[in-house]
Amino acid sequence: MIDKTAYSEYVNKTVPKTQELKTLLTAFITGGIICMIGEGILDLYTATLPMLAQEEIATLTTITLIFIGGFLTALGLYDKLGTIIPITGFANSIVSPAIEFNREGVFQGVMSKMFDIAGPVIVSGVTLSAIVGIIFYLIEVFA
Amino acid sequence: MSKKRGSQTYVIDSDICIKNTYTIVGPEEAQGSFKDYYDYLLEDDLWECKSYEKAEIKLHKEVIDGVLKKEYLTHNNIDCIFGGDLLNQIISSSFSAREFEVPFLGLYGACSTFGESLAVASMIMDGDNMQRTVCATSSHFGTAERQYRFPLELGTQPTPTSQWTITGAGAVLLEKNSGNFPKIKSVTIGKVVDYGIIDAANMGAAMAPAAYDTISTHLKDMNRTPDYYDLIITGDLGKYGLDLLKHFAEVDGLVTDNIFDDCGARVYTSKQNCGQGGSGAGCSAIVYSAYLHKELLAGKLHKILLVPTGALLSRLSTMQGESIPSIAHAIDIEI
Repeated sequence: MIDKTAYSEYVNKTVPKTQELKTLLTAFITGGIICMIGEGILDLYTATLPMLAQEEIATLTTITLIFIGGFLTALGLYDKLGTIIPITGFANSIVSPAIEFNREGVFQGVMSKMFDIAGPVIVSGVTLSAIVGIIFYLIEVFA
Repeated sequence: MSKKRGSQTYVIDSDICIKNTYTIVGPEEAQGSFKDYYDYLLEDDLWECKSYEKAEIKLHKEVIDGVLKKEYLTHNNIDCIFGGDLLNQIISSSFSAREFEVPFLGLYGACSTFGESLAVASMIMDGDNMQRTVCATSSHFGTAERQYRFPLELGTQPTPTSQWTITGAGAVLLEKNSGNFPKIKSVTIGKVVDYGIIDAANMGAAMAPAAYDTISTHLKDMNRTPDYYDLIITGDLGKYGLDLLKHFAEVDGLVTDNIFDDCGARVYTSKQNCGQGGSGAGCSAIVYSAYLHKELLAGKLHKILLVPTGALLSRLSTMQGESIPSIAHAIDIEI
């Protein structure tokens, strides 16, 4: 029987690989379309809500995209898209476990499992921003 | 005379017949290669239940009921139910067994549980302890995904080596001395083999060494070559895992052409987007119960070696960086 070392070499050599060119192209096109939709929403808000500042319109666009991501997840359509990019994917990563664990109850299920996937992103985001904040503070004090 | 042959194989001297079978499969399997062979096809994988877990319990119960009804048997005609599934604490099997007033032995060998059930049941029956038993195993895409992987609605992409968990259950009725039916002639209990594969999305590669270890031990113990069998069919190695199994055999100089196959690699058609093929405790159960059993009865196959394979990992073991220990049991079925 083949030994472990020979086997792992054989597996590394023969294992089916992701077709990178194809996936890169698909990612470029899907990601591009989502960005175009985002730009479209931004233009729409700029045209219809002239009283708002550019920054507020950007925030509003982000909120809309998050809503679309969550809404499509709830309809069971988001996973067909298969994207885990920021904003829409982030909404998807929170809504999908919430739906999944709905059957285990509101507290033990939805509330505790909601951040199962998004949790690491939130924790690292909060931790990093705290560290960056401290560094900036120290620079301001001593510089 | 001892029933043990070689190091791991036990011959079954008495006539342990696989008298009848029953299968229920989900919507994806109902489009698959064996769609004309299953007994009952589900249109919706929730099957009017409130959760996928409840649906799997219903699957498990209904296949046992189904095989009993086919033979006009009632619960008290059965000495014992053997079986298992993939869920924590094998709830599908044990919760379905609470519906029957029949002794129950719950077993776990991941996706190899169907083989484990047949081996344990046939050896107990060969020891004259039981006359009539049922072996049933099940799996469900919805329950396995959430236990082992991610929520269903999360937009993740499958990797090129990933497989698709079978939604389905199969049950077989074992009976002593019931005539011209496929019979279990010998069983080889597998060892746990770990060749250091870490990628939980490449279970075919993790399980292929265990499958080959059991198959080669069986052939050696029984002093046979692969061509003794019309078919040596593993449980759920998938297409790539089957290639690896053949590689093992060819390096040792065994002939594999037209003999080696895999239930998981066969269960879906190439048009279905199911990766390397099917997996799960239901995989070998439905393929044997629906397809192989009928081929044996029809005389298209005479001697098969069914080798259900199992990856004995859990989500926690993967998170802790453990490699994937695997197991396979060989069941020699002849008519």
